[in-house]
Amino acid sequence: MTMHKPFAITLDPGSSLANKTGSWRTERPVYVDRLPPCNGQCPAGEDIQGWLFHAESGNYEAAWRHLTRDNPFPAIMGRVCYHTCEGVCNRGKIDAPVGINSVERFLGDEALKNRWRFEWPQVESGRHVLIVGAGPSGMSAAYHLRRLGHAVTVMDAGAAMGGMMRFGIPKYRLPRDVLDAEMQRIVEMGVTVKLGTKVDDIARTMKDGGFAAAFLAVGAHIARRAFIPAKDSARILDAVQVLRSMEGEAPPMLGRRVVVYGGGNTAIDVARTAKRLGATEAVIVYRRTREKMPAHDFEVEEALEEGVQVKWLSTIKESSGGWLTIERMELDDKGNPQPTGKFETLEADSVVLALGQDVDLSLLDGVPGLRMDDGVVQVDPTTMMTGYPGLFAGGDMVPAERNVTVAVGHGKKAARHIDAWLRGVQLATPPKHPTATFERLNPWYYTDAPKTVRPQLDLARRTSSFDEVQGGLTEDNALFEARRCLSCGNCFECDNCYGVCPDNAVVKLGPGNRFAFNYDYCKGCGVCVAECPCGAIEMVPEDV
Amino acid sequence: MDQQVKFYQTGTFTVGNRLLSPEQRTVQASIERSNSLNSGHRACQGCGEALGARYAIDAAMRATSKQLIAANATGCLEVFSTPYPESSWQLPWIHSLFGNAAAVGTGIAAALKVKAQKSGRVQSDVRVIAQGGDGGTTDIGFGCLSGMFERNDDVLYICYDNEAYMNTGVQRSSATPPAARTATTMAVGEQPGADFGKGKNVPRIAMAHEIPYVATATVADLHDLEAKVEHAMSIRGARYLHILVPCPLGWGSASHDTIRLARLARETGIFPVFEAEHGEVTRVTKIRHRVPVEEYLRPQRRFAHLFGAKGHPEMLARIQADADKNIRRYHLLDEESAA
Repeated sequence: MTMHKPFAITLDPGSSLANKTGSWRTERPVYVDRLPPCNGQCPAGEDIQGWLFHAESGNYEAAWRHLTRDNPFPAIMGRVCYHTCEGVCNRGKIDAPVGINSVERFLGDEALKNRWRFEWPQVESGRHVLIVGAGPSGMSAAYHLRRLGHAVTVMDAGAAMGGMMRFGIPKYRLPRDVLDAEMQRIVEMGVTVKLGTKVDDIARTMKDGGFAAAFLAVGAHIARRAFIPAKDSARILDAVQVLRSMEGEAPPMLGRRVVVYGGGNTAIDVARTAKRLGATEAVIVYRRTREKMPAHDFEVEEALEEGVQVKWLSTIKESSGGWLTIERMELDDKGNPQPTGKFETLEADSVVLALGQDVDLSLLDGVPGLRMDDGVVQVDPTTMMTGYPGLFAGGDMVPAERNVTVAVGHGKKAARHIDAWLRGVQLATPPKHPTATFERLNPWYYTDAPKTVRPQLDLARRTSSFDEVQGGLTEDNALFEARRCLSCGNCFECDNCYGVCPDNAVVKLGPGNRFAFNYDYCKGCGVCVAECPCGAIEMVPEDV
Repeated sequence: MDQQVKFYQTGTFTVGNRLLSPEQRTVQASIERSNSLNSGHRACQGCGEALGARYAIDAAMRATSKQLIAANATGCLEVFSTPYPESSWQLPWIHSLFGNAAAVGTGIAAALKVKAQKSGRVQSDVRVIAQGGDGGTTDIGFGCLSGMFERNDDVLYICYDNEAYMNTGVQRSSATPPAARTATTMAVGEQPGADFGKGKNVPRIAMAHEIPYVATATVADLHDLEAKVEHAMSIRGARYLHILVPCPLGWGSASHDTIRLARLARETGIFPVFEAEHGEVTRVTKIRHRVPVEEYLRPQRRFAHLFGAKGHPEMLARIQADADKNIRRYHLLDEESAA
């Protein structure tokens, strides 16, 4: 070796690879997956960031399949979900939140257009599960149980599938062909649906049908009433009745001046429906202020745009000869409305009460171990199981916020726990990742792009017809919108860590496989962490 | 702004981007990149120079199909990459003296030209890069560099500017900015740190030689840096590339802030990023989100004496005024945001 070296050279040339600079490190970078705020917020447990990832590259079918792992109704969701995900979207701190709901709708509509179907389960479990109620919760549970290989029978007292999505949500928000198509797709997986079949006694129905478990989701269909002294035969209806009759042959007779009593989303739905039926005046009477109104602000805004009027801080005292006596209220120190003794009158051809709904729990009579509080069935919130083993419940009939997305989430959760219960095991749910907060992102790297706003039906058309108010995104817009996602807390393979490492200590594993650290050479400088756009790397101390 | 192209999430801000076609991605995003400056080098944690050198040489390797020789001045880059007998370099590489990298490059280029002509070709396919830090470029090697420029020798000279002699213990160079503390410009007295009004601007001096190509870049904008190297390698004659490379050790900054500081140097206007051909500025990189100089200076301990109760707001104002002058001189702001 030392024979043929030039003058003054005594050593063979070597490579710096012999110098393992990883020994300098006191902290090491590690790749992590954090929980994007949207995913953490979604009541249906959708992996929003995950399906947007596929949509970003224009692979809409992969995006739809990823989405429907958790929620089988994207076209419905894209119309009626209150998309609280967007409220927590980190992009909102840069310009405007990602239009998650509009992309979801686009994917749902693409699926309907291209007739994408769900696959039949690979193996049949041989177990049979009963579901009572073909609403969002019941049909979601049916879907997930079927995917897990169980035989499923859904029984519903109504004449069509959809539950409150059909009998509570007006057509201008959810066209019926969309609803029908997404319901039918569940049936096509091999789910049996028995309509017009009211279950009066759950214990007997289960025993007679040989069901191994049951999921109850009967909804809340009984309207709450308020006593309004009426001197004559005033026309007083309730919201459930009005919205339900919209599905029948003859629309409800409401007259030209319609007063709606209540402040929730249902009150808004009724007032907007009345407008579309030809009412010249639709007035909502609500006893608190706009800020205290339970209805979503954007719905209030849309209603006001359509000419719905609202009397805040008002209650109805009596009804007489087509006139209502309204008492003005004021808020006390605790924010509760108190009567003032000041009155005014309001002309009304009909009054619609939208004061909330109760659950018909009679089918549970005689079932041991159940607990009912506040008119709903108590369930274990982690499993959705009632006090009676094998009997699960969800949707509006259990204690929770009442909306379609929550109901769909209940259906999914219950299905997974029913499956575990049938197999005699405890479902192990891994702990959630910590949230991907805005502070962990490096927003420099994201291109500036404001939110693509969906077209709205122009005002004149939408108050006179039941055409859908919200339009959809075009393919171009949907792609643009999907690409606004920051991919918070989850690597999207931008190659930044691979590029910015001064020590070539990041190994690129190729498309879909992300990256790995070569700790032989990583000095622990943390540049990769600082320059990761989405906060998917963190530094952890070395054991020294 | 009119959206002419489809929106690409991170566009070209990130190193790669799966939504872009492979040719729109950087050399550094490729699994096949040369890694010309290999792992195991002894640069400090978060070294901007190691990063800048790999970025530039990898890009030049791709542009020349790996037909490349590098001459290196004395300095950090030489010391940390090649402690005898080991080397991190993955290309033919030579170190001679502190001050003669440009002359060594000239000599290699001349020899290659003779070899090419002896084999019947006009010029060599093998290209030459000479490189060094700011000390070896703006001070010690300046005479050789100016000679290389005026003879228009076929060499790309790259200066990795970390604004002082870091290898020997952070002494001031003629590229050290005003007010910066170094071992030889202590943070004491009426005017702590390096003096205002001293030092030299080598990119502008290079332009005064009217050579074919002069450009500045930072390690914070990889697409821009690689495009400049690629363009430089498409030209024959003397070319000069000046890359700002933050130094955690000498600047007193956190090792993870290297790229952030380079970005802030550009976004404040302190370090103008531009290209010039034959003495004329032909393109500037506009500021995207303008920030006051304080944001750039505060994370660096070499400027710590400017802040706090005994701070020097008047010096801060002078630094801001210098940055503003750069913004005017190079038109670094879009017209609408200039107001």
